[in-house]
Amino acid sequence: MSFKILSKRQLSENVFQVDVQAPLVARARKAGQFVIVSPDPDAGERIPLTIAGANSAQGTIRLIFQRVGKATAQMAELNEGDALGYVAGPLGRPTHIENFGTAVCVGGGIGIAPLLPIAAALKEAGNTVVSILGARTKELLILEEEFRTLSDELIIVTDDGSYGRKAVVTEPLETVCRRSPKPNLAIAIGPTIMMKFCCETTKKFEVPTQVSLNTIMVDGTGMCGGCRVEVGGKTKFVCVDGPEFDGHQVNFDLMMKRMSAYKALEQKAYEAFREHVCKIGLHHKTTI
Amino acid sequence: MTNESKEFQELVEKQQAGLLKPKDRFAIPAQEMPAQDALGRRSTMSEVALGYTPMQARLEAMRCLQCKNAPCVEGCPVRIRIREFVEAIANGMFQEAITIIKENSLLPAVCGRVCPQEVQCQEKCTVGLKFKDVNQSVSIGRLERFAADLSKGCGAVPAVAPTTGKKVAVIGSGPGGIVVAADTRRAGHEVTVFEAFHKPGGVMVYGIPEFRLPKSIVQEEIDVLSKMGVKIVCNFIVGRTRTIEQLMKEDGFDAVYIGVGAGLPKFMNIEGEHLVGVYSANEYLTRANLMKAYAFGRGADTPIAVSKNVAVLGGGNVAMDAARMAVRLGAENVYLVYRRSEKEMPARIEEVHHAKEEGVRFCTLQSPRRILGDAGGHVVGMECLRYDLGEPDESGRRRPVAIKGSEFVLDVDTVIVAIGNDANPLIQQTTPGLEFNTWGNIVVDDNCKTSMEGVYAGGDIVLGAATVILAMGQGRIAAAAMNQYLAR
Ligand SMILES: Cc1cc2nc3c(=O)[nH]c(=O)nc-3n(C[C@H](O)[C@H](O)[C@H](O)COP(=O)(O)OP(=O)(O)OC[C@H]3O[C@@H](n4cnc5c(N)ncnc54)[C@H](O)[C@@H]3O)c2cc1C
Ligand code: SF4
Ligand code: FES
Repeated sequence: MSFKILSKRQLSENVFQVDVQAPLVARARKAGQFVIVSPDPDAGERIPLTIAGANSAQGTIRLIFQRVGKATAQMAELNEGDALGYVAGPLGRPTHIENFGTAVCVGGGIGIAPLLPIAAALKEAGNTVVSILGARTKELLILEEEFRTLSDELIIVTDDGSYGRKAVVTEPLETVCRRSPKPNLAIAIGPTIMMKFCCETTKKFEVPTQVSLNTIMVDGTGMCGGCRVEVGGKTKFVCVDGPEFDGHQVNFDLMMKRMSAYKALEQKAYEAFREHVCKIGLHHKTTI
Repeated sequence: MTNESKEFQELVEKQQAGLLKPKDRFAIPAQEMPAQDALGRRSTMSEVALGYTPMQARLEAMRCLQCKNAPCVEGCPVRIRIREFVEAIANGMFQEAITIIKENSLLPAVCGRVCPQEVQCQEKCTVGLKFKDVNQSVSIGRLERFAADLSKGCGAVPAVAPTTGKKVAVIGSGPGGIVVAADTRRAGHEVTVFEAFHKPGGVMVYGIPEFRLPKSIVQEEIDVLSKMGVKIVCNFIVGRTRTIEQLMKEDGFDAVYIGVGAGLPKFMNIEGEHLVGVYSANEYLTRANLMKAYAFGRGADTPIAVSKNVAVLGGGNVAMDAARMAVRLGAENVYLVYRRSEKEMPARIEEVHHAKEEGVRFCTLQSPRRILGDAGGHVVGMECLRYDLGEPDESGRRRPVAIKGSEFVLDVDTVIVAIGNDANPLIQQTTPGLEFNTWGNIVVDDNCKTSMEGVYAGGDIVLGAATVILAMGQGRIAAAAMNQYLAR
């Protein structure tokens, strides 16, 4: 099986979108599931990425990733026609989709990517979809067009006010929760801290809230426990019990501490990689 | 003794003439297996035990009394004809020895290294009983390893029967899966092995470390499968990529073997287990083995924290492997914290011995109460309690009882939890109609057949955490039943 990249787009400075050949995954995947990929078939960190979309006729899945560590930087170096080392999946439990009524979908930063298939599935199931997208600045906002097409209402905020409203996502979220009738469901995907505050907001209004967690992972099949989080006072594995959980039960503080675990080391590998690439003159800007 | 030494030659002559008396046999000292120097090996991943020389093997084999009833065979889960293969080695017929072993065991180079012989064949050995010391038993495992290693690299590919047109799916490429794939392929079926990970071999590659079981040995077995025409598909998660039902109804597989292993690591459920620096042994060993964390910054990029003081919780093989791996990754102090006494440790004696030689400190009759962290959420210590041994429990082992007020803090920055696994729920979640017990293990009959037509299972997913040889044994049984089922 070759996991060939059929198309590639750069969505912002560090965010890339690729359509990758993986026919079995494309056929089996459902909204909310993820894959484990690696640029290298033998070694390297195994990267969990949510499936942002799929074309089962063409046999491709869409992945959107941010260049943060060595492995993602290596992936960003690949172009159309190149292949990934492997793609394994789909993993995790699919999102529970039904017609809830009104669903408010909150996406922050790169979290907007995994939100897309869920928002689309909710819309298709007949929900009224209110989308709130947040980014640090205009250039970092992704998938605006896609969300505009599928949402009944779209609210955009940026931290610096360069686009949409100058605010953080919890402000419009609170406004939407205050409406009568209040939304029947909220979905929040983004940085852990954002999800934490979204959950605090929706909790006040007792709006059931799903979050999709992006912990460290190794195998993605339940074997290592590296992805463990505390939900409702119990240890859960994100890869087999999740990745979606009832946001009001998640211990975000504990999760944030764990997330910082490998940061320093990852950074080290990334620096070494950058140095290496520069030395052998491989570094090139990907065209959009 | 040297090869030419008169003493050895005399023994050989007597052996060959059938004149070696029990008295002579008892007089031969048990042969130690040469090993890498304990200090030197602390910083290398290469295999610790080096294996017998031909002379040592023959001497060790001559210690065997050739008991009529061969009690050792009863201790062997796959009933290898031990007496016969040991005799072949004593006579210098090494090729014959391996042929005898292979009648019953497909992976002798692996089993010779990792089987807990002291509670299997060697526990029953008459020589050990006579000396009242299992360490004095004939070293059947070392002899098995010796014979297997001599035939290494010759890569004999078993004959495959003419094609039957039937398709077999093997889920998981651990020892059970490998045996099923080989045995069903030999019968002429078209066999595909599906493996979730990016490398085949199961626990033998991502769990058991290189210094105990070189990956090249497992790879050779996988290569033999490929040469036999078995298809191996990695990165394929049955239940997710395709379900068992889809494999059978849509993809044309006539029979399925589930050998997905034990999976889900257990944690202690104590305070501080979510801190940075706490790993399951599975995670620690996988990062080290499969993803070559030990070469971090030198090509492989999986980071495991750079640890100075490591506590490993548990007393089994997995705990020993994790502790010895920590030593090799450069930890200064490695503590093995175990609730009971050393006698109750389930690990192989040889691993306990090697761990001690390498400087792992055994903290028995102690158990953690909570793990302490700093403001950043990193481990800075572990509070432990001391224990006494009380009355025996259901398992017959004396139950440890906490000593009041015995709390103390162990200065560690890394904690590795090696207290066993629960069953992975993935197949259960995605296979309606398959029967499981309360612990999530698949229920099978004596032929390893499950509640679903054409579906068989074995290994850790059936037995709970078991051993390589038990998984292999079940694979054998399942494959025979599958071949019979497919021949209807
Ligand atoms: C660190 C460690 C040390 C050990 N030491 C010893 C020892 O010294 N002696 C001994 O006898 N035993 C030892 N064991 C136990 C022994 O390794 C196991 O009992 C044995 O490997 C179980 O074999 P199995 O056939 O059940 O499959 P496993 O070896 O468990 O392999 C199962 C395979 O299935 C794959 N899989 C899981 N789910 C899926 C899925 N849904 N789709 C596709 N593939 C899947 C897994 O990735 C894995 O590769 C040790 C175990 C560990 C972890
Ligand atoms: S029990 Fe020991 S002495 Fe007797 S046949 Fe077996 S290995 Fe030889
Ligand atoms: S990633 Fe290993 S258990 Fe979830």
